[in-house]
Amino acid sequence: MLKEIRWHGRGGQGGFTAARLLGMAGSLYDDYYVQAFPSFGPERRGAPVLGFTRIDTQPIHDRSKVYSCDYVVVLDESLLDVVDVREGIKKGGVLLINSERRPEAFGASPDYEVFTLWATGIALEILGQPVTNTAMFGALVAVSGAVSLEAALTAVELTLPQELWEKNKKAVETAYHQLRR
Amino acid sequence: MTTLSKDLAASRQFISANDAVSYGVRLCRPEVIAAYPITPQTTVVEKLSEFVANQEMDCQYVNVESEHSAMAACLGAALMGCRTFTASSSQGLLYMCEMLHYVSGSRLPIVMMNANRTVAAPWNIYGDHRDSIAMRDAGWLQLYVESAQEALDTVIQAYKVAENHQVMTPVMVCLDGFVLTHTYEVVKVPSQAEVDRFLPPYAPTENRLDLAAPKSCCISVSPEWQTEYRYKQHAAMQAAKKIIGDVDAAFGAQFGRRYGGLLEEYRCEDAEYVLLMMGTIAGTARLVVDKLREGGVKAGLVKIRSFRPFPREEIVRLAQGVKGIGIVDRDISFGYEGALGTEVKGAVQGAAPAINFIAGLSGRDVTKDNIEAMYRKVIDLARGQAEEEIQFVGLRWEQW
Repeated sequence: MLKEIRWHGRGGQGGFTAARLLGMAGSLYDDYYVQAFPSFGPERRGAPVLGFTRIDTQPIHDRSKVYSCDYVVVLDESLLDVVDVREGIKKGGVLLINSERRPEAFGASPDYEVFTLWATGIALEILGQPVTNTAMFGALVAVSGAVSLEAALTAVELTLPQELWEKNKKAVETAYHQLRR
Repeated sequence: MTTLSKDLAASRQFISANDAVSYGVRLCRPEVIAAYPITPQTTVVEKLSEFVANQEMDCQYVNVESEHSAMAACLGAALMGCRTFTASSSQGLLYMCEMLHYVSGSRLPIVMMNANRTVAAPWNIYGDHRDSIAMRDAGWLQLYVESAQEALDTVIQAYKVAENHQVMTPVMVCLDGFVLTHTYEVVKVPSQAEVDRFLPPYAPTENRLDLAAPKSCCISVSPEWQTEYRYKQHAAMQAAKKIIGDVDAAFGAQFGRRYGGLLEEYRCEDAEYVLLMMGTIAGTARLVVDKLREGGVKAGLVKIRSFRPFPREEIVRLAQGVKGIGIVDRDISFGYEGALGTEVKGAVQGAAPAINFIAGLSGRDVTKDNIEAMYRKVIDLARGQAEEEIQFVGLRWEQW
């Protein structure tokens, strides 16, 4: 059941934290194996960066990069102009974009589904700043069903400092309920 | 949909391999840690400094001014009979070089972690084995690991091996930079009581400083005696071969995880085509072996954990009946071949035709396709097709 997820963000937006949140949520299951890693190297604020999560019911031995994805999550819509976020999406996969626009605006593909969520809006309302990683994490959890909402909320507590728990759990939940299928 | 674990015990953690090393070191109760916290360094020593500051470890943490000094401080502490630890990487390891020889020649069982990263120039922070391979002859045991769990477990094993009185030689635990050090995965962290049972406090030999009975250590030795010192260093390293296996087996009996001692064979029982490698490439290669086996190809792989001491006898045995060998090196000894290639070819002495693949330099990803291509080339060679003896995998101007 290997699921491979690629997170697109800009340096400083917490894209790798989102990858880790999903990994942490997966690690809460006795029979899941998980792996999360960033696009390695020096990080520059604002530069396009990647995060990756693998979840499987078998031990994960693969140490190569993720080249084909079940889910691609885009934290910052402006990345679509500079990065080919569609690269490597598997047939039947999902592209999830933080955008005010409807999925149709991003073109249809017979190979994968497109979902959108205005995560910046959720983040501004709940967190008071445009940090969209936890909302997009909630959205991915809803769309993928890879882990439960309960696991996702526990992962927030196990990953973020305590003062950030309440608001970020609310961001996860709000996004989750908007995109729950 | 599976069910959430009922037991969110602290024993099962989602952490980076860097953190896994830190937890492993904490469980070994070192009394002195000396480190130089600047790039190239890892969060291993940062995490350990937090443990010490939070009084989760009873340890003296010495913040020094260079990697050279870090190893010098460890040497001093070890001479006083303390269990010690440090970590470094890349240029930092090179800067430590002089002290690495002092420590091994003084027969002090220091354990260090190296995050394998390339060395300049061209400057690049990414992973390969060129830093630790350059330290091959520094007299340290070198153990290369594949996963965060193996990293934690190998740190514990490393102290047990190093401090064995037949060995009394320092150990470098090598982790592929970034690909392993910065990847988060689920790691079982043993309890302190379990590790205490496995690893008792360090019991030094008489080779230590004692204020009540002053003597000189780190001695100079005349030509009349130096050869005997070197012979004994070599003999200790040879003795370590068995002890590495014994310690791994004992660890397995107590903790339920073992790694094959000097090397691990994967699907080698009837293998005709075998790749040998160190570190994380072995993980990816397992998947390729499975795929080739499904297609009827008798592929196998050997993960070499211990580069020093080198498991020559095991490799000679493995080469019997094999039709072709590929050796994957994450380094290159310019003007000859990859370091592992030299060792393996020297051991098997032409028992099977071999190709030395140079792959994954300076963070270049080693893909499943790359590894499958290596197997195909080994098969072609075994079938009589001409193949270059040394091949740089994925070279831009070649078809791979």
